[in-house]
Amino acid sequence: MNKIGRFGEYGGQYVPEIVMNAVNELNEAYEKYKNDPEFLEELHKYYKEYANRPSLLYYAEKMTKELGGAKVYLKREDLNHTGAHKINNVLGQILLAKRMGKKRIIAETGAGQHGVATATVAALFDMECVVYMGAEDVERQSLNAYRMELLGAKVVAVQSGTRTLKDAINEAMRDWATNIETTFYCIGSVMGPHPYPMMVRDFQKVISEETKQQMKEQEGKLPDCVVACVGGGSNAMGAFYDFIQDKSVRLIGAEAAGRGVDTLDHAATIAKGTKGIFHGMKSLFLQNEEGQIDPVYSISAGLDYPGIGPEHAYLHEIGRAEYVSITDEQAVTAFEYLSRTEGIIPAIESSHAVAAAMEIIPKMSKDQSVVICLSGRGDKDVYQVARYRGVELDEN
Amino acid sequence: MKIRETFEKRMKKGQKTLITYIVSGDYGYETTKENIRAMVRAGADIIEIGVPFSDPIAEGVVIQEASQHSLAGGTTLAGIFNMVKELRQEIKETSFVMMLYLNTIYRFGTERFFDLCNECGINGVIVPDMPFEEKDEIQGAATAHGVDNVSLVTPTSHDRIAAIAKEAEGFLYCVSSIGVTGTRSKFTTDFDAFFDIIKKSAQIPCAVGFGISGPEQAKMMSQYCDGVIVGSAIVKLISQYGEESPEKVYEFTKSLRDAIDK
Repeated sequence: MNKIGRFGEYGGQYVPEIVMNAVNELNEAYEKYKNDPEFLEELHKYYKEYANRPSLLYYAEKMTKELGGAKVYLKREDLNHTGAHKINNVLGQILLAKRMGKKRIIAETGAGQHGVATATVAALFDMECVVYMGAEDVERQSLNAYRMELLGAKVVAVQSGTRTLKDAINEAMRDWATNIETTFYCIGSVMGPHPYPMMVRDFQKVISEETKQQMKEQEGKLPDCVVACVGGGSNAMGAFYDFIQDKSVRLIGAEAAGRGVDTLDHAATIAKGTKGIFHGMKSLFLQNEEGQIDPVYSISAGLDYPGIGPEHAYLHEIGRAEYVSITDEQAVTAFEYLSRTEGIIPAIESSHAVAAAMEIIPKMSKDQSVVICLSGRGDKDVYQVARYRGVELDEN
Repeated sequence: MKIRETFEKRMKKGQKTLITYIVSGDYGYETTKENIRAMVRAGADIIEIGVPFSDPIAEGVVIQEASQHSLAGGTTLAGIFNMVKELRQEIKETSFVMMLYLNTIYRFGTERFFDLCNECGINGVIVPDMPFEEKDEIQGAATAHGVDNVSLVTPTSHDRIAAIAKEAEGFLYCVSSIGVTGTRSKFTTDFDAFFDIIKKSAQIPCAVGFGISGPEQAKMMSQYCDGVIVGSAIVKLISQYGEESPEKVYEFTKSLRDAIDK
């Protein structure tokens, strides 16, 4: 059977009939423009002039010395406009939405980074923007919620279910079904029905393309390993994609183990998930025997998702990428470590990747190199980390 | 009874088929059974046995909340099958159609699921998150077990309607308006145009659902096709009256029946 949008058996288009024509329309537009020189030229113009690309590949010399193993490079997606990799994808999708004549943009957000990026680009292109955010995430990330409002978006605090990212996606999908004729759903990760997983990957692959070029210039060779955090998995897909063909490059995704993968409080989909069909895709999910989706937990609102993009499920299955689980404690420790050592405060999401890299770097030799995708900056997480460490900030 | 036969029986009498939906297990299986008995007694021809899902993306707030409430009470698919099996001992004529999200079937095991459909007397399934393109996920097993895989068409389906209708089984579920389930005070769909396309393609009975809140709307909508589907309005009554709901559900279903028979 020849089905579209598959990565092995993963992927597909498992959405209600009501949105299928919109999904097909989007797929046609994506196919039409993905290699269109004019579209790509415009996209790269905004990458460069608005989003501050290419992002730096920074040699973390102090960290390298301290860890005593492979050379550490940080791919500084945190230096992008809006402070995370999310804007790469949003620029692509909104330029597509513009060509499709859509004027209303909706998005879901976990930590708020995708919501902020969407609100930002919607402001730039004069589009109406509604962002769905779990009520619990609004509390954890109130600064980002307010940022979105400053940017002119409407933030809807989702009260249903577990009041986190998955529920925000449910609500965004319901909005999409209700306003399908006018609305473009800007999904923030490599998930959902086809074409989203491929399209979002294609808009994020600039990360690995730049990294490869920068490594060539700075090291004269490929990195030995690329590490990125994985919730839905967009920064990781972007950081991995151009290296998939280079078999010598180890690809490592860091999932959120929360309070530990052997507790109920984690979001480690690859470690503990099973095959399922949800949010438009066949992939791996944290679910019970009845197929009910599990509530998940991570200190990081951006990794707090019970599924994973289908291409990651596939890369895992064929053994091309490895996935490790990082606890809250490890992530917070890495957050503090990078702040002190390099003067860079990473997002708590990205701190999972830093922690995973810190495990392997000392075991590698000095002529090897590791690239850590620093997917976002950590200003938004300072309050949460303080609270985790028992420090009361007089913020609220 | 086979879905087609259920429709044909009404058609022969010049009547419309009444389809009602329930979230199984809400306020316990016994309450669900009582409510199904009440609906059948009041003249419902097909019962949509809703299987609650943690994340029902096609549902409005009424069914979302009932689903959560039911799951919190410990409802399981195996429990629902048991309930249906027991009901089948006493209810022979009515068609039972299970409405559930694809992950529930997938995780349960497709073969095992359809074996149980046969064992418990389920005549069809409606899977709201399985579009035409993905129906092979269950079609082989459904066909092999003689269980109808009911397809949906919507006001946004346009040129997809012909292909969907051509392969539709049991009845064609015509979604009245864009959006999620839930009652609506008015409709904006151009029904004449919508059903015109549908009738050109459909070889099987058509029923309309989504947003039908009461007898008047049921009557109005029934003129366009062979049956009407009422869900959220009934679920709302059950949420409101809990274990005391069967009497209310009977009265409401009766009012629907009377309205479409007028």
